[in-house]
Amino acid sequence: MPRTQVERFSVSHMQILDDDGNADPELEPKLTKEQLLEIYRLMFLARKQDQRMLKLQRQGRIGTFGPCTGQEASSIGPAYALGDSDWLVTAFRDLGARLVRKEPLINSLLFHNGFEEGNVVPDEAPNVLPISIIVGSQALHATGIAYAMKYRGEKAAALTFFGDGASSQGDVYEAMNFAGVWKAPVVFICQNNQWAISMPRSKQTRAVTLAQKAIAAGIPGLQVDGNDVLATYAATKEALARAYAGEGPTMIEALTYRLMMHTTADDPRRYRNEDEEKAAWEKDPIPRFRKYIERKGIWDAKKQAALEEEIKGEVDATVKEFESRKDFQPEILFDHVFGTKHAEIEEQRAQFLENLKLKSAKAE
Amino acid sequence: MAKLNIVQAINLGLDQEMAKDDSVVVLGEDVGVDGGVFRVTDGLHAKYGEERVIDTPLAESGIIGTSIGMALAGLRPVAEMQFSGFSYHIFHQLEGHASRLRQRSLGQRTVPLVVRMPFGGGVRALEHHSESREATYAHLPGVKVVIPSSPRNARALIVAAIRDPDPVIFMEPKHVYRAFREEVPETEEVMEIGRSEIVQEGSDLTLVAWGAMMRPALRAAVEVQNARKVSIEVIDLLTIAPMDSHTIVESVQKTGRCVIVQEAPKTLGIASEIIARINDHVLLYLEAPVNRVTNYDVVTPYFGRELDFTPDAGRIQREIETTLDF
Repeated sequence: MPRTQVERFSVSHMQILDDDGNADPELEPKLTKEQLLEIYRLMFLARKQDQRMLKLQRQGRIGTFGPCTGQEASSIGPAYALGDSDWLVTAFRDLGARLVRKEPLINSLLFHNGFEEGNVVPDEAPNVLPISIIVGSQALHATGIAYAMKYRGEKAAALTFFGDGASSQGDVYEAMNFAGVWKAPVVFICQNNQWAISMPRSKQTRAVTLAQKAIAAGIPGLQVDGNDVLATYAATKEALARAYAGEGPTMIEALTYRLMMHTTADDPRRYRNEDEEKAAWEKDPIPRFRKYIERKGIWDAKKQAALEEEIKGEVDATVKEFESRKDFQPEILFDHVFGTKHAEIEEQRAQFLENLKLKSAKAE
Repeated sequence: MAKLNIVQAINLGLDQEMAKDDSVVVLGEDVGVDGGVFRVTDGLHAKYGEERVIDTPLAESGIIGTSIGMALAGLRPVAEMQFSGFSYHIFHQLEGHASRLRQRSLGQRTVPLVVRMPFGGGVRALEHHSESREATYAHLPGVKVVIPSSPRNARALIVAAIRDPDPVIFMEPKHVYRAFREEVPETEEVMEIGRSEIVQEGSDLTLVAWGAMMRPALRAAVEVQNARKVSIEVIDLLTIAPMDSHTIVESVQKTGRCVIVQEAPKTLGIASEIIARINDHVLLYLEAPVNRVTNYDVVTPYFGRELDFTPDAGRIQREIETTLDF
């Protein structure tokens, strides 16, 4: 018997903004001037906070963190497409997305200085889960949340981020597969930043694209230029429209580049060369988007100077507020082991407080 | 009141909670149309539909990871691991997330999740179908571990687990799934998680057991009491974590002697923790070293040799006598 073809698959790529900031008029999303400027401001804020955190870390004023510089478009575009009732489930390099969802700037400083307070979000930032460190594990939470949204008949979706390294994790496949079976309203954004610490994308998988991983789960997959914030926004908007309409999940591979180290504990010089990094800086998403808004006539050098001034002020004030915070009660963790009271935990709390007292008495 | 076995009793608890609260959903491998390989979820699919009784793809981490998401978004998922031996894929979801989200978010996020899993030996099953790994799960702060031993407490505890605000690993002793029946009231009955129970009062020795070990423990206690003029206090631990030391400590203070029975291997088991707590609180009341009857530190044997390794009433009886004669 001859072999017959049972199915054919293809993966498409989308880019809206070219390197000079010209938008494809057919694909250009309908965003107001205010929205475009808000996106630009968020990208700029994420970059400046990231750079300040790097300095603070080098000065020993905060702990280890994973800089997001270079990934502002792949993080902020998708998050900006979310509606108020949608959920954001992030990994650890998504400062931009978290800022879009109104997480206070101080949270990133608190979190990266070793305080759980950095995970607590105010009422105006609902449905933002704490940073998830275990690579890829959070994708399943997004699928479960999406199931709950669908089960309750709410017009809402979940969006989750993971990286090219995470695409090798079983949890990521399971999350997409479960979501496919359940037609769950979830958007999977794979930020392919080309490096998983020292592992280049080419060694992560033989697959030509990461978007094609959607095919195995039977869900739509698309590759976009992840340094093009209009493309990441538009692709996510489209995926969300499908999700709200009951058509299930979508996976988007956003091609970007991790311009800095994996975390501040990492030295990229050990595994990649400067030429590659230099070439990647040429594709920095922020200048590209700035050219676009300048071409539109809604941005200029004067406005840029004012924004830089304003954001410097905001970051400075946040650092100041962060460094003046001293209200970290040590015993608070005993309140949150369980939602119910238990004698053993209470006994240990008392012992802990007693030991703290003895410790400080000795120090004095 | 109906006489039910443990399978039917857990089914009753699930059914009543699902009827009462539509945020309760059941999910797992073969839990729907098939009613679960042990039939614990029998009939629920027909009654509540596939949206609430979800036959999932075959991926344990996927089941628990998505259940965590459901719980974060306000549902009360009751996930089934077909056998505890298949549950190790979920460990990183429990250790990495379910156990921590409350503390990670200082109480802003909670994971009211129940993970049901049949565990333990005695059913002549294939490899990976007979382990007792309660200590493995109990070692995770933020996770509750509950083990019922009878139809009545199984029903009352599954209800408590579903209503609990935290992740609960509900380990079902499958050896006694259908071993006996007990009156289980139709009307609601809930037991508090975090409390052990004195099932028989006595004054000369405290015997602690849980799960499938309760039956041989009680048999051994009767044998010893028939043979000598002693009375044995028997405690059913019920909640492994967070453990109720108070009931055990108070009992040992009274009896001065204690034997602990555990189906799991000896080293670093729950019995070790109980001994440590007795030492912390009532060491000077002891008339004899605290004794334990456990499995051995070998990989769980295939069923051909299994019964020689598992604590039985005869071994428990001998150790009770050794402790009484010390």
